Amino acid sequence: MSAPKSNLEALPRSIQFVLLLGFVALAAFPFVGSEFYQQMVARMMILAIFAMSLDLLQGVTGLVSLGHAAFFGLGGYALALMSSDNGPVSLWWTLPAAVAVAGLFALVIGFFVVRTRGIYFIMVTMAFAQMLFYLVFDNKELNFLGLLPLRLGGSDGVYINFKPDAALFDLENKKVFYYFVLACLVLVYVFLRRLLWSPFGRALAGIRVNEHRMRAVGFGSFSYKLTAFTLAGALAGLAGYLWGAQTGFVNPELMGFHMSAHAIMMVILGGMGNFAGAIVGAFAFEFMLELFKDLPTVGGFRLGKHWQLWMGLFIVAVIIFAPRGLLGLMERFGRKGADHE
Amino acid sequence: MSEVLLSAKNLTKRFGGLAAVNDVSVDLWRDRIHVVIGPNGAGKSTLTNLLSGDLPPTSGSITLGTHDITSAAPEQISRRGLGRSYQKTNIFLPFTVWENVRLAAQSRAAQQPFNPVRWLQSARHDAAVNERAEKALELAGLTARRDFIAGAASHGEQRQLEIAMTLATDPQVLLLDEPLAGMGVAEAESMVELLLRLKPHHAMMLVEHDIDAIFALADHLTVMVNGTVIASGEPAAIRADRGVQAAYLGEEH
Repeated sequence: MSAPKSNLEALPRSIQFVLLLGFVALAAFPFVGSEFYQQMVARMMILAIFAMSLDLLQGVTGLVSLGHAAFFGLGGYALALMSSDNGPVSLWWTLPAAVAVAGLFALVIGFFVVRTRGIYFIMVTMAFAQMLFYLVFDNKELNFLGLLPLRLGGSDGVYINFKPDAALFDLENKKVFYYFVLACLVLVYVFLRRLLWSPFGRALAGIRVNEHRMRAVGFGSFSYKLTAFTLAGALAGLAGYLWGAQTGFVNPELMGFHMSAHAIMMVILGGMGNFAGAIVGAFAFEFMLELFKDLPTVGGFRLGKHWQLWMGLFIVAVIIFAPRGLLGLMERFGRKGADHE
Repeated sequence: MSEVLLSAKNLTKRFGGLAAVNDVSVDLWRDRIHVVIGPNGAGKSTLTNLLSGDLPPTSGSITLGTHDITSAAPEQISRRGLGRSYQKTNIFLPFTVWENVRLAAQSRAAQQPFNPVRWLQSARHDAAVNERAEKALELAGLTARRDFIAGAASHGEQRQLEIAMTLATDPQVLLLDEPLAGMGVAEAESMVELLLRLKPHHAMMLVEHDIDAIFALADHLTVMVNGTVIASGEPAAIRADRGVQAAYLGEEH
Protein backbone atom coordinates (compact mmCIF):
# COMPACT_ATOMS: atom_id res chain seq x y z
CA MET A 1 0.00 0.00 0.00
CA SER A 2 1.79 3.11 -1.13
CA ALA A 3 0.52 6.44 0.01
CA PRO A 4 1.67 9.37 -2.08
CA LYS A 5 3.50 11.95 0.01
CA SER A 6 1.72 10.95 3.18
CA ASN A 7 2.96 11.92 6.60
CA LEU A 8 3.59 9.32 9.23
CA GLU A 9 0.60 10.32 11.36
CA ALA A 10 -0.61 7.12 12.98
CA LEU A 11 2.31 5.79 15.00
CA PRO A 12 2.79 2.02 14.75
CA ARG A 13 3.11 -0.08 17.89
CA SER A 14 6.88 -0.35 17.52
CA ILE A 15 7.31 3.41 17.65
CA GLN A 16 4.83 3.83 20.48
CA PHE A 17 6.89 1.32 22.41
CA VAL A 18 10.12 3.21 21.69
CA LEU A 19 8.46 6.43 22.84
CA LEU A 20 7.35 4.77 26.05
CA LEU A 21 10.91 3.55 26.65
CA GLY A 22 12.12 7.07 25.97
CA PHE A 23 9.68 8.45 28.52
CA VAL A 24 10.80 5.94 31.14
CA ALA A 25 14.42 6.82 30.42
CA LEU A 26 13.66 10.54 30.81
CA ALA A 27 11.79 9.90 34.05
CA ALA A 28 14.66 7.83 35.45
CA PHE A 29 17.46 10.05 34.23
CA PRO A 30 17.81 12.38 37.26
CA PHE A 31 18.62 9.33 39.40
CA VAL A 32 21.62 8.39 37.25
CA GLY A 33 22.74 11.55 35.45
CA SER A 34 24.79 14.31 37.05
CA GLU A 35 23.32 17.76 37.56
CA PHE A 36 25.13 19.01 34.45
CA TYR A 37 23.53 16.38 32.25
CA GLN A 38 20.17 16.85 33.94
CA GLN A 39 20.22 20.46 32.85
CA MET A 40 21.27 19.49 29.37
CA VAL A 41 18.40 17.02 29.03
CA ALA A 42 15.94 19.55 30.48
CA ARG A 43 17.12 21.98 27.80
CA MET A 44 16.55 19.29 25.14
CA MET A 45 13.03 18.76 26.44
CA ILE A 46 12.33 22.50 26.27
CA LEU A 47 13.55 22.58 22.67
CA ALA A 48 11.40 19.53 21.97
CA ILE A 49 8.33 21.51 23.06
CA PHE A 50 9.46 24.34 20.78
CA ALA A 51 9.96 21.93 17.87
CA MET A 52 6.53 20.35 18.43
CA SER A 53 4.90 23.77 18.32
CA LEU A 54 6.54 24.40 14.95
CA ASP A 55 5.50 20.95 13.71
CA LEU A 56 1.86 21.97 14.11
CA LEU A 57 2.52 24.54 11.38
CA GLN A 58 5.21 22.85 9.33
CA GLY A 59 4.30 19.18 9.44
CA VAL A 60 0.56 19.26 9.99
CA THR A 61 -0.65 22.40 8.22
CA GLY A 62 2.16 22.67 5.67
CA LEU A 63 3.19 26.20 6.68
CA VAL A 64 6.98 26.49 6.93
CA SER A 65 7.68 29.41 9.26
CA LEU A 66 11.16 30.86 9.32
CA GLY A 67 10.25 33.16 12.19
CA HIS A 68 8.90 30.82 14.80
CA ALA A 69 11.65 31.71 17.29
CA ALA A 70 9.99 35.12 17.69
CA PHE A 71 7.33 33.51 19.85
CA PHE A 72 9.89 31.42 21.72
CA GLY A 73 11.78 34.61 22.54
CA LEU A 74 8.58 36.46 23.45
CA GLY A 75 7.75 33.79 26.04
CA GLY A 76 11.20 34.17 27.57
CA TYR A 77 11.11 37.97 27.53
CA ALA A 78 7.60 37.97 29.00
CA LEU A 79 8.96 36.10 32.01
CA ALA A 80 12.00 38.38 32.23
CA LEU A 81 9.87 41.53 32.15
CA MET A 82 7.40 40.20 34.72
CA SER A 83 10.20 39.09 37.03
CA SER A 84 11.47 41.24 39.84
CA ASP A 85 14.98 41.69 41.27
CA ASN A 86 13.66 41.42 44.81
CA GLY A 87 12.18 37.94 44.80
CA PRO A 88 10.43 35.29 42.74
CA VAL A 89 7.17 35.84 40.88
CA SER A 90 4.40 33.30 40.91
CA LEU A 91 4.53 30.61 38.27
CA TRP A 92 0.76 30.38 38.24
CA TRP A 93 0.12 33.73 36.68
CA THR A 94 3.40 34.45 34.88
CA LEU A 95 3.31 31.21 32.88
CA PRO A 96 -0.23 31.69 31.51
CA ALA A 97 0.56 35.35 30.93
CA ALA A 98 3.73 34.55 28.95
CA VAL A 99 1.84 31.98 26.88
CA ALA A 100 -0.92 34.53 26.29
CA VAL A 101 1.55 37.23 25.23
CA ALA A 102 3.20 34.91 22.70
CA GLY A 103 -0.22 33.75 21.48
CA LEU A 104 -1.46 37.33 21.13
CA PHE A 105 1.56 38.34 19.06
CA ALA A 106 1.05 35.21 16.95
CA LEU A 107 -2.60 36.14 16.43
CA VAL A 108 -1.72 39.64 15.21
CA ILE A 109 1.24 38.54 13.07
CA GLY A 110 -0.68 35.52 11.83
CA PHE A 111 -3.52 37.77 10.68
CA PHE A 112 -1.12 39.15 8.07
CA VAL A 113 1.11 36.19 7.26
CA VAL A 114 -1.33 33.27 6.84
CA ARG A 115 -2.77 35.02 3.79
CA THR A 116 0.44 34.15 1.97
CA ARG A 117 1.76 30.73 1.09
CA GLY A 118 4.90 28.93 0.01
CA ILE A 119 8.00 31.04 -0.37
CA TYR A 120 6.08 34.21 0.53
CA PHE A 121 5.01 32.73 3.84
CA ILE A 122 8.63 31.86 4.61
CA MET A 123 9.71 35.41 3.78
CA VAL A 124 7.05 37.28 5.75
CA THR A 125 7.40 35.12 8.86
CA MET A 126 11.13 35.76 8.76
CA ALA A 127 10.55 39.49 8.25
CA PHE A 128 8.24 39.77 11.28
CA ALA A 129 10.67 37.80 13.44
CA GLN A 130 13.56 40.03 12.37
CA MET A 131 11.49 43.11 13.21
CA LEU A 132 10.96 41.83 16.74
CA PHE A 133 14.59 40.77 16.97
CA TYR A 134 15.88 44.25 16.12
CA LEU A 135 13.24 45.95 18.24
CA VAL A 136 14.70 44.14 21.25
CA PHE A 137 18.32 44.20 20.03
CA ASP A 138 18.36 47.99 19.54
CA ASN A 139 16.46 49.08 22.63
CA LYS A 140 17.78 48.89 26.15
CA GLU A 141 14.52 50.41 27.25
CA LEU A 142 11.26 50.90 25.50
CA ASN A 143 8.35 52.95 26.72
CA PHE A 144 5.11 52.67 24.76
CA LEU A 145 3.29 56.03 25.00
CA GLY A 146 4.94 56.50 28.39
CA LEU A 147 2.59 53.91 29.87
CA LEU A 148 4.57 50.71 29.98
CA PRO A 149 8.32 51.02 30.55
CA LEU A 150 10.03 47.82 29.36
CA ARG A 151 13.62 47.02 30.32
CA LEU A 152 14.49 45.04 27.20
CA GLY A 153 18.22 45.11 27.86
CA GLY A 154 19.12 45.56 24.21
CA SER A 155 21.77 43.24 22.84
CA ASP A 156 22.94 42.41 26.38
CA GLY A 157 19.70 40.63 27.25
CA VAL A 158 17.98 40.50 30.65
CA TYR A 159 18.78 38.42 33.71
CA ILE A 160 16.05 36.55 35.56
CA ASN A 161 17.41 36.30 39.08
CA PHE A 162 14.79 34.03 40.59
CA LYS A 163 13.05 31.00 39.23
CA PRO A 164 9.26 31.40 39.29
CA ASP A 165 7.64 30.43 42.56
CA ALA A 166 5.20 27.52 42.24
CA ALA A 167 4.18 27.36 45.93
CA LEU A 168 3.46 23.61 45.70
CA PHE A 169 6.97 22.68 44.59
CA ASP A 170 10.37 24.34 44.47
CA LEU A 171 11.63 25.06 40.97
CA GLU A 172 15.00 26.23 42.34
CA ASN A 173 15.61 22.54 42.97
CA LYS A 174 17.18 21.26 39.72
CA LYS A 175 15.48 17.90 39.95
CA VAL A 176 12.06 19.44 40.53
CA PHE A 177 12.59 21.78 37.61
CA TYR A 178 13.55 18.83 35.43
CA TYR A 179 10.35 16.99 36.27
CA PHE A 180 8.28 20.12 35.75
CA VAL A 181 9.70 20.42 32.23
CA LEU A 182 9.09 16.71 31.63
CA ALA A 183 5.47 17.14 32.72
CA CYS A 184 5.08 20.07 30.31
CA LEU A 185 6.59 18.01 27.50
CA VAL A 186 4.21 15.11 28.08
CA LEU A 187 1.17 17.39 28.42
CA VAL A 188 1.98 19.29 25.22
CA TYR A 189 2.63 16.04 23.36
CA VAL A 190 -0.63 14.42 24.49
CA PHE A 191 -2.55 17.62 23.73
CA LEU A 192 -1.10 17.90 20.22
CA ARG A 193 -1.65 14.21 19.46
CA ARG A 194 -5.30 14.56 20.44
CA LEU A 195 -5.53 17.74 18.41
CA LEU A 196 -4.10 15.94 15.38
CA TRP A 197 -7.05 13.51 15.30
CA SER A 198 -9.69 16.07 16.23
CA PRO A 199 -11.89 17.63 13.54
CA PHE A 200 -9.64 20.70 13.73
CA GLY A 201 -6.49 18.63 13.20
CA ARG A 202 -8.04 16.74 10.29
CA ALA A 203 -8.98 20.05 8.70
CA LEU A 204 -5.39 21.33 9.08
CA ALA A 205 -4.09 18.16 7.41
CA GLY A 206 -6.62 18.68 4.62
CA ILE A 207 -5.35 22.24 4.16
CA ARG A 208 -1.80 20.93 3.86
CA VAL A 209 -2.75 18.38 1.24
CA ASN A 210 -5.22 20.40 -0.85
CA GLU A 211 -6.28 23.82 0.39
CA HIS A 212 -8.20 24.54 -2.80
CA ARG A 213 -10.52 21.59 -2.31
CA MET A 214 -10.89 22.36 1.39
CA ARG A 215 -12.29 25.76 0.51
CA ALA A 216 -14.51 24.27 -2.19
CA VAL A 217 -16.17 21.96 0.36
CA GLY A 218 -16.73 24.87 2.73
CA PHE A 219 -13.76 25.27 5.06
CA GLY A 220 -12.68 28.84 5.72
CA SER A 221 -9.00 27.97 5.53
CA PHE A 222 -7.92 31.42 6.73
CA SER A 223 -9.44 31.01 10.19
CA TYR A 224 -8.08 27.47 10.50
CA LYS A 225 -4.58 28.58 9.59
CA LEU A 226 -4.78 31.61 11.86
CA THR A 227 -5.91 29.46 14.79
CA ALA A 228 -3.06 27.01 14.15
CA PHE A 229 -0.55 29.87 13.92
CA THR A 230 -1.79 31.37 17.20
CA LEU A 231 -1.73 28.03 18.98
CA ALA A 232 1.77 27.24 17.68
CA GLY A 233 2.95 30.68 18.81
CA ALA A 234 1.47 30.20 22.27
CA LEU A 235 3.17 26.81 22.71
CA ALA A 236 6.47 28.24 21.48
CA GLY A 237 5.94 30.90 24.15
CA LEU A 238 5.61 28.17 26.77
CA ALA A 239 8.94 26.70 25.64
CA GLY A 240 10.54 30.14 25.73
CA TYR A 241 9.21 30.75 29.24
CA LEU A 242 10.75 27.48 30.43
CA TRP A 243 14.01 28.35 28.70
CA GLY A 244 14.14 31.72 30.44
CA ALA A 245 13.32 30.13 33.78
CA GLN A 246 16.00 27.47 33.37
CA THR A 247 18.87 29.62 32.13
CA GLY A 248 17.95 32.71 34.18
CA PHE A 249 18.76 34.82 31.17
CA VAL A 250 17.15 35.91 27.91
CA ASN A 251 18.78 37.67 24.98
CA PRO A 252 17.71 38.64 21.45
CA GLU A 253 19.32 35.48 20.02
CA LEU A 254 16.31 33.55 21.30
CA MET A 255 14.21 35.33 18.67
CA GLY A 256 16.92 35.12 16.07
CA PHE A 257 17.08 33.60 12.66
CA HIS A 258 19.32 30.73 13.81
CA MET A 259 16.88 29.66 16.47
CA SER A 260 14.06 29.52 13.89
CA ALA A 261 16.22 27.59 11.44
CA HIS A 262 17.30 25.10 14.11
CA ALA A 263 13.67 24.37 14.92
CA ILE A 264 12.95 23.64 11.25
CA MET A 265 15.95 21.32 11.12
CA MET A 266 14.82 19.52 14.29
CA VAL A 267 11.39 18.86 12.81
CA ILE A 268 12.81 17.64 9.50
CA LEU A 269 15.45 15.56 11.25
CA GLY A 270 12.92 13.73 13.40
CA GLY A 271 10.12 13.48 10.86
CA MET A 272 7.24 15.85 10.28
CA GLY A 273 3.59 15.83 11.14
CA ASN A 274 3.34 13.55 14.16
CA PHE A 275 5.00 15.54 17.03
CA ALA A 276 6.90 12.44 18.15
CA GLY A 277 9.33 13.15 15.32
CA ALA A 278 9.78 16.70 16.57
CA ILE A 279 10.78 15.40 20.00
CA VAL A 280 13.20 12.84 18.52
CA GLY A 281 14.55 15.53 16.19
CA ALA A 282 15.15 18.01 18.99
CA PHE A 283 17.04 15.44 21.05
CA ALA A 284 19.02 14.20 18.06
CA PHE A 285 19.88 17.75 16.96
CA GLU A 286 21.11 18.79 20.40
CA PHE A 287 22.96 15.53 20.88
CA MET A 288 24.76 15.81 17.54
CA LEU A 289 25.50 19.44 18.27
CA GLU A 290 27.29 18.54 21.50
CA LEU A 291 29.07 15.72 19.68
CA PHE A 292 30.27 17.91 16.83
CA LYS A 293 31.34 20.71 19.19
CA ASP A 294 33.57 18.23 21.03
CA LEU A 295 35.37 17.07 17.89
CA PRO A 296 39.17 17.23 18.29
CA THR A 297 41.70 19.37 16.48
CA VAL A 298 43.24 17.50 13.57
CA GLY A 299 46.39 18.85 11.98
CA GLY A 300 45.76 22.36 13.27
CA PHE A 301 42.15 22.33 12.01
CA ARG A 302 39.70 22.68 14.85
CA LEU A 303 36.92 20.34 13.76
CA GLY A 304 34.74 21.21 16.76
CA LYS A 305 34.72 24.90 15.98
CA HIS A 306 33.05 24.17 12.64
CA TRP A 307 30.21 22.12 14.10
CA GLN A 308 27.68 23.81 11.82
CA LEU A 309 29.45 22.32 8.82
CA TRP A 310 29.14 18.78 10.20
CA MET A 311 25.57 19.44 11.28
CA GLY A 312 24.72 20.58 7.78
CA LEU A 313 26.24 17.45 6.25
CA PHE A 314 24.46 15.28 8.81
CA ILE A 315 21.08 16.83 7.98
CA VAL A 316 21.65 16.53 4.25
CA ALA A 317 22.49 12.85 4.77
CA VAL A 318 19.31 12.28 6.78
CA ILE A 319 17.18 14.00 4.13
CA ILE A 320 18.73 11.87 1.38
CA PHE A 321 18.61 8.53 3.17
CA ALA A 322 15.58 9.05 5.39
CA PRO A 323 13.26 11.62 3.82
CA ARG A 324 10.67 10.95 6.51
CA GLY A 325 13.23 11.61 9.23
CA LEU A 326 14.59 9.44 12.00
CA LEU A 327 11.10 8.36 13.00
CA GLY A 328 10.31 7.32 9.43
CA LEU A 329 13.53 5.30 9.48
CA MET A 330 12.46 3.63 12.72
CA GLU A 331 9.07 2.84 11.24
CA ARG A 332 10.70 1.24 8.19
CA PHE A 333 12.87 -1.02 10.32
CA GLY A 334 9.90 -1.81 12.55
CA ARG A 335 7.92 -2.92 9.50
CA LYS A 336 10.74 -5.11 8.24
CA GLY A 337 10.95 -6.75 11.65
CA ALA A 338 7.25 -7.61 11.62
CA ASP A 339 6.54 -8.54 8.03
CA HIS A 340 3.57 -10.74 8.84
CA GLU A 341 1.43 -7.64 9.26
CA MET B 1 -43.56 23.15 -9.03
CA SER B 2 -39.86 23.55 -9.28
CA GLU B 3 -38.03 26.68 -8.27
CA VAL B 4 -34.94 28.55 -9.39
CA LEU B 5 -32.14 27.86 -6.89
CA LEU B 6 -29.33 29.56 -8.71
CA SER B 7 -29.55 32.44 -11.10
CA ALA B 8 -26.64 34.02 -12.94
CA LYS B 9 -27.20 37.17 -14.94
CA ASN B 10 -24.97 38.52 -17.70
CA LEU B 11 -21.77 36.93 -16.42
CA THR B 12 -18.58 38.04 -18.11
CA LYS B 13 -15.06 36.97 -17.30
CA ARG B 14 -12.13 38.57 -19.07
CA PHE B 15 -8.54 37.37 -18.93
CA GLY B 16 -6.76 40.37 -20.36
CA GLY B 17 -8.36 40.97 -23.73
CA LEU B 18 -9.94 37.53 -23.94
CA ALA B 19 -13.57 37.14 -22.84
CA ALA B 20 -13.55 33.52 -21.65
CA VAL B 21 -17.18 33.93 -20.64
CA ASN B 22 -19.14 36.61 -22.41
CA ASP B 23 -22.52 37.83 -21.16
CA VAL B 24 -23.82 34.42 -20.10
CA SER B 25 -27.03 34.01 -18.09
CA VAL B 26 -28.01 30.71 -16.49
CA ASP B 27 -30.94 29.66 -14.30
CA LEU B 28 -30.76 26.36 -12.41
CA TRP B 29 -34.03 24.83 -11.27
CA ARG B 30 -34.66 22.16 -8.70
CA ASP B 31 -35.53 18.85 -10.35
CA ARG B 32 -33.99 19.92 -13.63
CA ILE B 33 -30.65 19.08 -15.16
CA HIS B 34 -29.04 21.86 -17.12
CA VAL B 35 -26.33 20.58 -19.41
CA VAL B 36 -23.71 22.92 -20.86
CA ILE B 37 -21.92 21.72 -23.95
CA GLY B 38 -19.45 23.22 -26.33
CA PRO B 39 -16.08 22.56 -27.91
CA ASN B 40 -12.83 22.83 -25.93
CA GLY B 41 -12.13 26.39 -24.86
CA ALA B 42 -15.79 27.39 -25.06
CA GLY B 43 -15.69 28.68 -21.47
CA LYS B 44 -17.68 25.90 -19.78
CA SER B 45 -15.19 25.31 -16.98
CA THR B 46 -14.68 29.05 -16.53
CA LEU B 47 -18.44 29.42 -16.15
CA THR B 48 -18.42 26.70 -13.50
CA ASN B 49 -15.56 28.45 -11.71
CA LEU B 50 -17.49 31.73 -11.70
CA LEU B 51 -20.58 30.10 -10.20
CA SER B 52 -18.59 28.31 -7.49
CA GLY B 53 -16.52 31.36 -6.53
CA ASP B 54 -13.23 29.86 -7.68
CA LEU B 55 -12.96 32.89 -9.98
CA PRO B 56 -14.52 36.33 -9.49
CA PRO B 57 -16.57 37.52 -12.47
CA THR B 58 -15.54 40.68 -14.31
CA SER B 59 -19.18 41.70 -14.44
CA GLY B 60 -22.63 40.26 -13.94
CA SER B 61 -24.35 38.88 -10.85
CA ILE B 62 -25.05 35.51 -9.27
CA THR B 63 -27.85 34.73 -6.82
CA LEU B 64 -27.97 31.51 -4.83
CA GLY B 65 -31.39 31.07 -3.21
CA THR B 66 -32.02 34.58 -1.92
CA HIS B 67 -28.36 35.48 -1.43
CA ASP B 68 -26.16 37.49 -3.72
CA ILE B 69 -22.97 35.45 -4.03
CA THR B 70 -21.36 37.41 -6.86
CA SER B 71 -18.18 38.24 -4.95
CA ALA B 72 -18.38 35.57 -2.23
CA ALA B 73 -15.48 33.23 -1.44
CA PRO B 74 -15.74 29.55 -2.47
CA GLU B 75 -16.17 28.39 1.15
CA GLN B 76 -19.06 30.82 1.70
CA ILE B 77 -20.77 29.68 -1.48
CA SER B 78 -20.26 26.07 -0.47
CA ARG B 79 -21.81 26.72 2.92
CA ARG B 80 -24.82 28.33 1.26
CA GLY B 81 -25.53 24.99 -0.39
CA LEU B 82 -23.61 24.83 -3.63
CA GLY B 83 -21.46 21.80 -4.28
CA ARG B 84 -19.14 21.35 -7.21
CA SER B 85 -16.92 18.66 -8.64
CA TYR B 86 -13.85 19.23 -10.75
CA GLN B 87 -12.99 18.22 -14.27
CA LYS B 88 -9.44 17.49 -13.20
CA THR B 89 -9.72 15.20 -10.21
CA ASN B 90 -9.18 17.35 -7.13
CA ILE B 91 -9.12 15.12 -4.07
CA PHE B 92 -6.91 14.43 -1.04
CA LEU B 93 -4.60 11.86 -2.62
CA PRO B 94 -2.74 10.63 0.49
CA PHE B 95 -5.93 10.12 2.51
CA THR B 96 -8.25 7.12 2.42
CA VAL B 97 -11.42 7.29 0.36
CA TRP B 98 -13.35 7.44 3.62
CA GLU B 99 -11.30 10.31 5.04
CA ASN B 100 -11.81 12.28 1.81
CA VAL B 101 -15.57 12.03 2.16
CA ARG B 102 -15.60 12.39 5.94
CA LEU B 103 -13.60 15.61 5.70
CA ALA B 104 -16.05 17.03 3.19
CA ALA B 105 -18.94 16.05 5.48
CA GLN B 106 -17.14 17.59 8.47
CA SER B 107 -17.27 21.04 6.89
CA ARG B 108 -21.00 21.05 7.67
CA ALA B 109 -20.54 20.22 11.36
CA ALA B 110 -21.55 23.02 13.67
CA GLN B 111 -18.33 23.29 15.66
CA GLN B 112 -15.62 25.22 13.97
CA PRO B 113 -11.95 25.81 14.88
CA PHE B 114 -12.54 28.16 17.79
CA ASN B 115 -14.02 25.57 20.11
CA PRO B 116 -11.08 24.23 22.17
CA VAL B 117 -13.22 21.49 23.73
CA ARG B 118 -13.50 19.87 20.31
CA TRP B 119 -9.69 19.93 19.99
CA LEU B 120 -9.48 16.96 22.32
CA GLN B 121 -12.21 14.85 20.73
CA SER B 122 -11.53 12.45 17.91
CA ALA B 123 -12.97 13.39 14.54
CA ARG B 124 -13.96 9.78 14.03
CA HIS B 125 -16.80 9.82 16.53
CA ASP B 126 -19.06 12.55 15.17
CA ALA B 127 -22.18 10.53 14.39
CA ALA B 128 -23.84 13.19 12.23
CA VAL B 129 -20.72 13.65 10.11
CA ASN B 130 -20.17 9.91 9.74
CA GLU B 131 -23.76 9.39 8.68
CA ARG B 132 -23.55 12.09 6.03
CA ALA B 133 -20.24 10.69 4.75
CA GLU B 134 -21.57 7.15 4.75
CA LYS B 135 -24.59 8.19 2.73
CA ALA B 136 -22.49 10.05 0.16
CA LEU B 137 -20.12 7.08 -0.14
CA GLU B 138 -23.03 4.74 -0.73
CA LEU B 139 -24.69 7.00 -3.30
CA ALA B 140 -21.46 7.14 -5.26
CA GLY B 141 -21.04 3.39 -4.98
CA LEU B 142 -17.75 3.53 -3.11
CA THR B 143 -18.63 1.79 0.13
CA ALA B 144 -16.46 -1.22 -0.72
CA ARG B 145 -13.49 1.06 -1.41
CA ARG B 146 -13.61 3.12 1.75
CA ASP B 147 -10.24 2.04 3.13
CA PHE B 148 -8.32 2.52 -0.11
CA ILE B 149 -5.81 5.33 -0.32
CA ALA B 150 -7.45 7.77 -2.75
CA GLY B 151 -4.26 8.21 -4.75
CA ALA B 152 -4.07 4.46 -5.34
CA ALA B 153 -7.70 4.14 -6.48
CA SER B 154 -8.55 3.72 -10.17
CA HIS B 155 -9.38 6.72 -12.31
CA GLY B 156 -13.06 5.83 -12.38
CA GLU B 157 -13.13 5.48 -8.61
CA GLN B 158 -11.46 8.84 -8.22
CA ARG B 159 -14.19 10.34 -10.40
CA GLN B 160 -16.80 8.69 -8.18
CA LEU B 161 -14.97 10.09 -5.16
CA GLU B 162 -15.21 13.58 -6.67
CA ILE B 163 -18.99 13.20 -6.67
CA ALA B 164 -19.10 11.59 -3.21
CA MET B 165 -17.15 14.51 -1.71
CA THR B 166 -19.47 16.98 -3.38
CA LEU B 167 -22.55 15.14 -2.07
CA ALA B 168 -21.13 14.88 1.45
CA THR B 169 -21.62 18.64 1.87
CA ASP B 170 -25.38 18.24 1.41
CA PRO B 171 -25.67 20.70 -1.47
CA GLN B 172 -28.90 21.95 -3.03
CA VAL B 173 -27.18 23.04 -6.19
CA LEU B 174 -24.72 20.74 -7.94
CA LEU B 175 -22.18 21.88 -10.50
CA LEU B 176 -20.55 18.86 -12.06
CA ASP B 177 -17.67 19.44 -14.44
CA GLU B 178 -17.43 16.43 -16.78
CA PRO B 179 -18.36 13.77 -14.22
CA LEU B 180 -18.14 11.06 -16.88
CA ALA B 181 -14.73 11.99 -18.22
CA GLY B 182 -12.51 8.94 -18.54
CA MET B 183 -15.12 6.51 -17.19
CA GLY B 184 -15.79 3.07 -18.62
CA VAL B 185 -19.19 2.20 -20.10
CA ALA B 186 -20.52 0.46 -16.98
CA GLU B 187 -19.21 3.20 -14.67
CA ALA B 188 -20.73 5.88 -16.88
CA GLU B 189 -24.09 4.13 -16.86
CA SER B 190 -24.20 3.94 -13.09
CA MET B 191 -23.16 7.60 -12.88
CA VAL B 192 -26.04 8.60 -15.17
CA GLU B 193 -28.32 6.54 -12.97
CA LEU B 194 -27.01 8.31 -9.87
CA LEU B 195 -27.53 11.74 -11.40
CA LEU B 196 -31.12 10.88 -12.28
CA ARG B 197 -31.62 9.69 -8.71
CA LEU B 198 -30.25 12.99 -7.35
CA LYS B 199 -32.29 15.11 -9.74
CA PRO B 200 -35.57 15.47 -7.79
CA HIS B 201 -33.87 17.17 -4.83
CA HIS B 202 -31.17 19.16 -6.56
CA ALA B 203 -30.70 21.85 -9.12
CA MET B 204 -27.94 20.59 -11.38
CA MET B 205 -25.60 22.00 -13.94
CA LEU B 206 -23.56 19.54 -15.89
CA VAL B 207 -20.67 20.20 -18.21
CA GLU B 208 -20.40 17.14 -20.42
CA HIS B 209 -19.09 15.80 -23.73
CA ASP B 210 -20.70 12.36 -23.75
CA ILE B 211 -23.55 12.71 -26.27
CA ASP B 212 -25.51 9.67 -25.02
CA ALA B 213 -25.39 10.94 -21.46
CA ILE B 214 -26.29 14.46 -22.54
CA PHE B 215 -29.53 13.41 -24.19
CA ALA B 216 -30.32 10.91 -21.43
CA LEU B 217 -30.01 13.58 -18.74
CA ALA B 218 -30.62 17.04 -20.11
CA ASP B 219 -33.84 18.91 -19.39
CA HIS B 220 -32.24 22.05 -20.67
CA LEU B 221 -29.28 22.37 -22.99
CA THR B 222 -26.98 25.36 -23.39
CA VAL B 223 -24.42 25.47 -26.15
CA MET B 224 -21.36 27.67 -25.71
CA VAL B 225 -18.80 28.60 -28.31
CA ASN B 226 -15.92 31.00 -27.64
CA GLY B 227 -17.38 32.17 -24.36
CA THR B 228 -20.79 32.99 -25.80
CA VAL B 229 -24.08 31.13 -25.58
CA ILE B 230 -25.17 30.36 -29.15
CA ALA B 231 -28.27 28.37 -28.23
CA SER B 232 -30.19 27.47 -25.09
CA GLY B 233 -33.42 25.50 -24.68
CA GLU B 234 -35.09 22.08 -24.83
CA PRO B 235 -32.71 19.37 -26.01
CA ALA B 236 -34.97 18.46 -28.93
CA ALA B 237 -35.02 22.05 -30.14
CA ILE B 238 -31.25 22.35 -29.81
CA ARG B 239 -30.76 19.13 -31.71
CA ALA B 240 -32.75 20.63 -34.58
CA ASP B 241 -30.95 23.99 -34.47
CA ARG B 242 -28.92 24.37 -37.66
CA GLY B 243 -26.48 26.82 -36.12
CA VAL B 244 -25.65 24.39 -33.35
CA GLN B 245 -25.32 21.54 -35.79
CA ALA B 246 -22.82 23.52 -37.77
CA ALA B 247 -20.85 24.66 -34.76
CA TYR B 248 -20.82 21.60 -32.62
CA LEU B 249 -23.08 18.66 -33.29
CA GLY B 250 -22.41 18.57 -37.00
CA GLU B 251 -20.45 15.35 -37.10
CA GLU B 252 -23.11 13.46 -35.19
CA HIS B 253 -25.79 13.83 -37.86
